[in-house]
Amino acid sequence: MAMLSFERKYRVRGGTLIGGDLFDFWVGPFYVGFFGVLTMFFAVLGTALIVWGAAMGPTWNLWQINIAPPDLSYGLALAPLAHGGLWQLITICALGAFVSWMLREVEICRKLGIGLHVPIAFGVAIFAYFVLVVVRPLLLGAWGHGFPYGIFSHLDWVSNVGYQYLHFHYNPAHMLAITFFFTTTLALSLHGGLILSVTNPKKGEPVKTAEHENTFFRDFIGYSIGALGIHRLGLFLAINAGFWSAVCIVISGPFWTRGWPEWWSWWLDLPIWR
Amino acid sequence: MISLNRIHGLAVLSAASLLLAGCWERPPVDSKQVGYRGTGMVDIKNPRIVGPRIAEQTVPEVIPAAPPEEAPILASQVYENVQVLGDLSVAEFARAMVALTAWVSPEQSCLYCHVEGESMAADTLYTKVVARRMLQMNRDLNTGWTSHVKETGVTCYTCHRGQPVPAEIWFADPGPKTAMGAAGNRFGQNAAAESVALASLPYDPFTPFLLQDQNIRVGSLQALPDGSNPAGTKTAEWTYGLMMHMSDSLGLNCTGCHQSRFFGIWEESTPQRVSAWHGIRMARTLNVEYIEPLTPVFPENRLGPLGDVGKVYCATCHQGLQKPLNGVSMLKDYPEFGKPWREPLPRLVAPETGTEAAAEPVATTAAAQ
Repeated sequence: MAMLSFERKYRVRGGTLIGGDLFDFWVGPFYVGFFGVLTMFFAVLGTALIVWGAAMGPTWNLWQINIAPPDLSYGLALAPLAHGGLWQLITICALGAFVSWMLREVEICRKLGIGLHVPIAFGVAIFAYFVLVVVRPLLLGAWGHGFPYGIFSHLDWVSNVGYQYLHFHYNPAHMLAITFFFTTTLALSLHGGLILSVTNPKKGEPVKTAEHENTFFRDFIGYSIGALGIHRLGLFLAINAGFWSAVCIVISGPFWTRGWPEWWSWWLDLPIWR
Repeated sequence: MISLNRIHGLAVLSAASLLLAGCWERPPVDSKQVGYRGTGMVDIKNPRIVGPRIAEQTVPEVIPAAPPEEAPILASQVYENVQVLGDLSVAEFARAMVALTAWVSPEQSCLYCHVEGESMAADTLYTKVVARRMLQMNRDLNTGWTSHVKETGVTCYTCHRGQPVPAEIWFADPGPKTAMGAAGNRFGQNAAAESVALASLPYDPFTPFLLQDQNIRVGSLQALPDGSNPAGTKTAEWTYGLMMHMSDSLGLNCTGCHQSRFFGIWEESTPQRVSAWHGIRMARTLNVEYIEPLTPVFPENRLGPLGDVGKVYCATCHQGLQKPLNGVSMLKDYPEFGKPWREPLPRLVAPETGTEAAAEPVATTAAAQ
């Protein structure tokens, strides 16, 4: 694999978290590392278990393959493989693969001597998944509260769990999460559009720079957040989207069992207009 | 980095206010699986909320039954103007009168319906006329609507709970008054109404569905729109409003009856949905046949803002529980409320699950209506 001329000097040994220089090398463009191997192990094992689960199931239709968690009656115990045990093992593999992938990012950051922003951001996504399949089931007392692994089946789960609280759009953390998701896409599209616009001037004109970027937004909305600021904002919005979606599901059940519209009765009962 | 810290501070503040605002519940909570594992068909209840509600469901002490007689003298032979309970023996009749007084007007006593010094047969008070109609309704319920009330049945107490006017009744809702005229028209929604569990949904879904028989079904029968479903958003919200009331008054969530992937499909619904289907028709029949016709009998102060009589809906009996009085049958101790006073009502055809017809819920229920 071809390597850029400046890339070679960053390919240094060391900076690993554990294991000394075990697997401390590159394969083509990819850094391997101990956690790269661990990621491969969990990802291959987890995928194989999903394929096994699909083989035991009624269909090979990719949309309909479903690896369901155990019945609630198993509580927090291990279930037989064909009755949700596979789901439990796959969950362990998924978390193992995600966390290893994040630690591999950390090792790369350490080698390069840069901040840990990328692994931290990825960690928030892992946190959301962890809350969904571990924290909430623990709080509710059964692994069966996790969501099933399947394209259609997990959508059915989301729909039914939403309707357990009568109207999920009234969930305050869900409101925040949706707002952050939409605002993330808005910010990214504005930023992406701006960068493409200054790098694609009329034929014969030079590519524009940050001056033009800032001026566009000052003319447009009176303020430009700046070249660095837009990336801070983007990270803030994206992390919050993941964080609040984790909050919105963990409060549904463990911390609120009634319809979400009813939660807002504190607002209706405020003494200023009650 | 000051701005970043400020942003983080704001996030922490909003999180804290969110946590402080409103009352939260806490684990542990009870959960019951009502469908295949992993489908999210789960009923989650907080025992610290449901427990006290169940403890409130006290049933009055049973009055000792009248001794059985071989050749009883019937109430209709002794008293005049006994139109419903005339088939009871005099002793049974007296017990029934004592019981219903204890259930409906314990403070007001017999004088709630009978005038002191007047013949018991006189229909002077409107309350007596209403009570007679209610007795007919009660007997019809227990004989004609076993599809919904099952063997448990109902008595006066199921709704009245020691009060002359049941706590949970509904009137047609004209909505909040606005100063804005046409500009302030809420079109029957957006009022955080208790009737729809504080959602912004239409706040009087009862008139169209529990008094009139407008179509509750709004779900399409196929995934993509093909123009065959005439229901619009507003119609769907009326249905949603009624369902919010049902959930709220039964203390049950949507998955108590429906697989939300396809609300209309009977095969994937829980058995409770069949019972609820009959319940909707039962409430409608009670309102149309027994309660609405009493409108001219009631004095004005008993009528709603639009001059209509107080009507029944799910909460009237259920009062927050899936089974009224948490499933205790008072009928077995008072079988006189379960005798027919006329020919039983014709039965509705149930939308049977698992049959070929059930594959098309629209056809099934439409035929039954």
